[in-house]
Amino acid sequence: MSDSPRHAQDYGMPADVRKEFMEMAEEDDVDPFAETASKRQIASRQSDYHNRRFDRTAVDSADAFKAVQNGEEVEGGYKDAMRLSRLEQEELRVKRAIEEKERQAREDGDIKMDLDKTPPAAELEDVAKELEAAKQLALSTKRKRRWDVGDENVDPTAAKATGEWEEKALEDAAPKKRRSRWDATPADVEATPKRSRWDMAPAVQEQPMTQIIMNAPGVLQEDKNNRYLSDEELDALLPAAGYAIVTPPPGYAPSVAPRKFTSSTVTEVGGFQIQESSDAAALAAAAGLSEELPTEIPGVGSLSFFKPEDGQYFSKILKEEDETELSVDEMKERKILRLLLKIKNGTPPVRKTALRQITDKAREFGAGPLFDKILPLLMERTLEDQERHLLVKVIDRVLYKLDDLVRPYVHKILVVIEPLLIDEDYYARVEGREIISNLSKAAGLAHMISTMRPDIDHADEYVRNTTARAFSVVASALGIPSLLPFLKAVCRSKKSWQARHTGIRIVQQVAIMMGCAILPHLRNLVDCIAAGLSDDQQKVRTMTALGLAALAEAAAPYGIESFDNVLKPLWLGIRLHRGKGLAAFLKAIGFIIPLMDPEYASYYTKEVTIILIREFQTSDEEMKKIVLKVVKQCAATEGVTAQYIKQDILPDFFKSFWVRRMALDRRNYKQVVETTVELAQKAGVSEIVGRVVNELKDEAEPYRKMVMETITKVIANLGASDIDERLEVRLVDGIIYSFQEQTTEDQVMLDGFGTVVNALGIRVKPYLTQIVSTILWRLNNKSAKVRQQAADLTTRLAVVIKQCGEDQLLSKLGLVLFEQLGEEYPDTLGSIIAAEGAIANVVGMTQMNPPVKDLLPRMTPILRNRHEKVQEASINLIGRIADRGAEFVPAREWMRICFELLDLLKAHKKGIRRAAVNSFGYIAKSLGPQDVLSVLLTNLRVQERQSRVCSTVAIAIVAETCGPFTCIPAILNEYRTAELNVRTGCLKALSFVFEYVGPQSAYYADSVVTMLEDALTDRDLVHRQTASTIVKHLALGVAGLGCEDSMLHLMNLVWPNCFETSPHVIGAVMEAIEAMRVTLGPGVLMSYVLQGLFHPARKVREVYWRVYNSTYLGAQDALVPFMPDFGELSEGKNTYGREPLQMFI
Amino acid sequence: MSSELRYTANTQLENLHARYTGTGHADLSKHDWITHQHRDTLASIVGHPTLTSYLAIADGESIGRVRFEMAERMLQPCGPPPKVAN
Repeated sequence: MSDSPRHAQDYGMPADVRKEFMEMAEEDDVDPFAETASKRQIASRQSDYHNRRFDRTAVDSADAFKAVQNGEEVEGGYKDAMRLSRLEQEELRVKRAIEEKERQAREDGDIKMDLDKTPPAAELEDVAKELEAAKQLALSTKRKRRWDVGDENVDPTAAKATGEWEEKALEDAAPKKRRSRWDATPADVEATPKRSRWDMAPAVQEQPMTQIIMNAPGVLQEDKNNRYLSDEELDALLPAAGYAIVTPPPGYAPSVAPRKFTSSTVTEVGGFQIQESSDAAALAAAAGLSEELPTEIPGVGSLSFFKPEDGQYFSKILKEEDETELSVDEMKERKILRLLLKIKNGTPPVRKTALRQITDKAREFGAGPLFDKILPLLMERTLEDQERHLLVKVIDRVLYKLDDLVRPYVHKILVVIEPLLIDEDYYARVEGREIISNLSKAAGLAHMISTMRPDIDHADEYVRNTTARAFSVVASALGIPSLLPFLKAVCRSKKSWQARHTGIRIVQQVAIMMGCAILPHLRNLVDCIAAGLSDDQQKVRTMTALGLAALAEAAAPYGIESFDNVLKPLWLGIRLHRGKGLAAFLKAIGFIIPLMDPEYASYYTKEVTIILIREFQTSDEEMKKIVLKVVKQCAATEGVTAQYIKQDILPDFFKSFWVRRMALDRRNYKQVVETTVELAQKAGVSEIVGRVVNELKDEAEPYRKMVMETITKVIANLGASDIDERLEVRLVDGIIYSFQEQTTEDQVMLDGFGTVVNALGIRVKPYLTQIVSTILWRLNNKSAKVRQQAADLTTRLAVVIKQCGEDQLLSKLGLVLFEQLGEEYPDTLGSIIAAEGAIANVVGMTQMNPPVKDLLPRMTPILRNRHEKVQEASINLIGRIADRGAEFVPAREWMRICFELLDLLKAHKKGIRRAAVNSFGYIAKSLGPQDVLSVLLTNLRVQERQSRVCSTVAIAIVAETCGPFTCIPAILNEYRTAELNVRTGCLKALSFVFEYVGPQSAYYADSVVTMLEDALTDRDLVHRQTASTIVKHLALGVAGLGCEDSMLHLMNLVWPNCFETSPHVIGAVMEAIEAMRVTLGPGVLMSYVLQGLFHPARKVREVYWRVYNSTYLGAQDALVPFMPDFGELSEGKNTYGREPLQMFI
Repeated sequence: MSSELRYTANTQLENLHARYTGTGHADLSKHDWITHQHRDTLASIVGHPTLTSYLAIADGESIGRVRFEMAERMLQPCGPPPKVAN
């Protein structure tokens, strides 16, 4: 050690490291939210199945109606669509056949397993050529229908076989990029350009798109968030000294598929075009290579964000152009783009006006230009929820305006919107439904059917699924009856089983979506799909059973007679089927049985039980779930007796389902618990609890939890009176055991303990000593969680302990908890305070141990704790003490608490604020209002608005609890302060006071008039607004109590304010005037209003008519005598005198 | 809707008012307004039995007759609407 003293900075971080960090901090291009940004993208979090939407193609749906009107042949549309769909099916069939053949060949050993070798290329090429030719023939349009022939999902080898896609060619074409040293795994980006007419970037015609279905869905390889780090970046990231680049060990092979980092994925091979500059720029920007993104766009203004991907869609408006050279159509296109960009990326006010504009001009723009821009945006991979929501909103608004002009675009819209129907987000589904329902109303049933018909037997299951859902929306929009004939035809289609399958699925979806609204058409719907039960396709039979299940579920508890026809096939079916089919049939039966009369239900239950019991042993998870569900439904029906359940179902049920394995899977667990609880409703508490109680001591914790949850629910439903003494001993014993043995502290055990003990009530007395000693022991546990749980348990048990007369134990618990108030973990501290509060509640303030006078001073510092749970628990406890036992605590202590409470008045949580305000009332009551009031009035001087508002509310509470006479003089006195905030606060407080005290205001009306005079003639708007609110409450409070003179005076002061324009002010003034109608009567008000109803200035008339209307609607009949006599205005045929009123006897 | 009131807390109020018969607006004509008043008056007479019988006694008619006539008069209590000048 040297003798010079060491300085503190000697202990700091090394200089070079500090420099590194400084440099790093200066660089700003680190995006900490990149991670979350990719999560917001819809495509990146959805499953592969959802992302199949990117594979879909859309066709023009020709407007048949229009064509017929014009007397011409329909071109495109239905015929074409059908041909296309047939073609696709054929294509898929051929590919399957090829695959099958290949597989066969491989198995026979004809082809070596080396996958690098191309499969029979010649053959494949032939097929591809044939298909292409056929397609050209079929479409006979210039634009391509399909994205590309090569469908990687189906046959990844096929594309390679065409030659120009060989890896080598690609590599040569792509510009070489320096390899990253870190992973040394060059990315190999396969660039199959996909073509499409409308679901691609609109900027350029026939523009090759980067292939998007690569590896993970939605992962743009070139995105800076996804790509590998370059050398430069790594250099920037890591300290310069102390790191070396290590060569990979020999024989190291990267486990991930090698990918190459290329700046652009588009190649010049095979006659493809080079990308347009704008597109390339967007790509480069996405890769983080150029960071300039526009924030200001000519003609649009500033946006809240602009994504690199937006560049390709909005390229046309990004640069300045000479508008005089553009044609009308081009101008229109740019206009639409600008509006869309404003809506999608703009700030809320910008968005709002743009949305209104695009709606207003929708017909002017026309359906074509609009949808050509909107729909590609919706198919963008990097679309986020908010953007999708906004674009969908645009479609919705535009649809209303366009009405039948949308017909040609129905299919395109459907392709984009249908995926929303299977989105996991509920609101997305609702939006999707809304759009499709509006679409079907605009386009009409016939057009919808002809558009969606080709998709019904589409080769892709995804398309069929979404189409079925869309159809069900159409059915609910246009009514089931109108769709029924079509459904009948589809469900009986002879051509393809897919059509039948989809038809039945439509019925199922209709049932799920419309619920009991299907009842009028139930028989028709059932008959529609009934034939499917004996279909020769297994999938159709299964779907039919599922459809019947959905129908029965929707119809419950009515409509059993409609199912008459299907009962027999269903029952035969459960004997014939195995596996998935059987599961569906069982499900249908499970839903139909609850509709039956008791005797039938009992009969059929017995029939089905045999099968169910056989299937108890199944290993299929789906089947297990369905079996459990059916058991639950059967057990719930009236006809099934307790005897039957006990004898025939329970033994096997417990044997197969109450095993440890079931507790491991969350969904099984839930289903078993639900079913057992349902069985308990019939079989009784002791039967079920007796069977499972021993398992509370099982060694597997999840299983114990499952048992506990079941017991909790059963006892919560049915009580504990059925439990005999021996069972009671076992039960309590088991519960204590499992509570002590738990390793993961969660709600289940706690709830179970609380429920069981509360249900047993006084019977739990013998065990209390043991339970309390457990709690005491756990209160001193090392783990904060355990302590917290012990405190929570105390909260739940306090009432029962009191019932059992064990005051000793309570006081012991109270003392221990009191000692624990120094707890450092806020969650635990909150629970401890809550437990103390619960004990104080049941024992009362006088008996409380520790005595209240000790407890409260201990709470005062805790109030300063910032944790919400602690705050809420302590404020509740303090409020309770202030309410019940304020006299045990010295006034000085209460004042101290008052000061602390002021801070709580601005808590974020409303519950805390309310509790604090209430506590003020209690404290004021016990202390006398003077001191509290002075605290509160002083508080009006603080800057913070929130705490001023809370103080005003607290003043009103004090006024309510201690009488207005204690507060109003003080408030009036305070109002004389020159400070604006204080005066506003006083007015606000007065407003709350009069609101709370109601009719009592009559005594104080005259004393506040002068103050109100002052406030209502103040220059400050807010003053007049608040004063108007006071007048409102005052006037309503004193109605009918003889204060008309002062009220009339106030009315004269309020009335001139009726021309105010600020929203809140005018609102308050109008309400005050309305209140005056109640107090002064409509006649007086009428005399004011008559002055301006026919005033030459429209602005005056509008306001006066508004007041007139409110008065008229409030007191129409009472106005009759106050209307003026217009007799002298009569002229010609018009007589305006009201003679009947002039009659007298 | 008047422009300054469009953004008030009671945005809907004007529309709600307009849904009821008898309410008015800045462009209501004299004839329309008075017609509404007359109808209100007649309805009030029919709706208050004491008033109906008072009128019946004063007129020397039966109560039913008075009620009927009042109801009849509601159709065009002030005569046909005057022709608009332009």
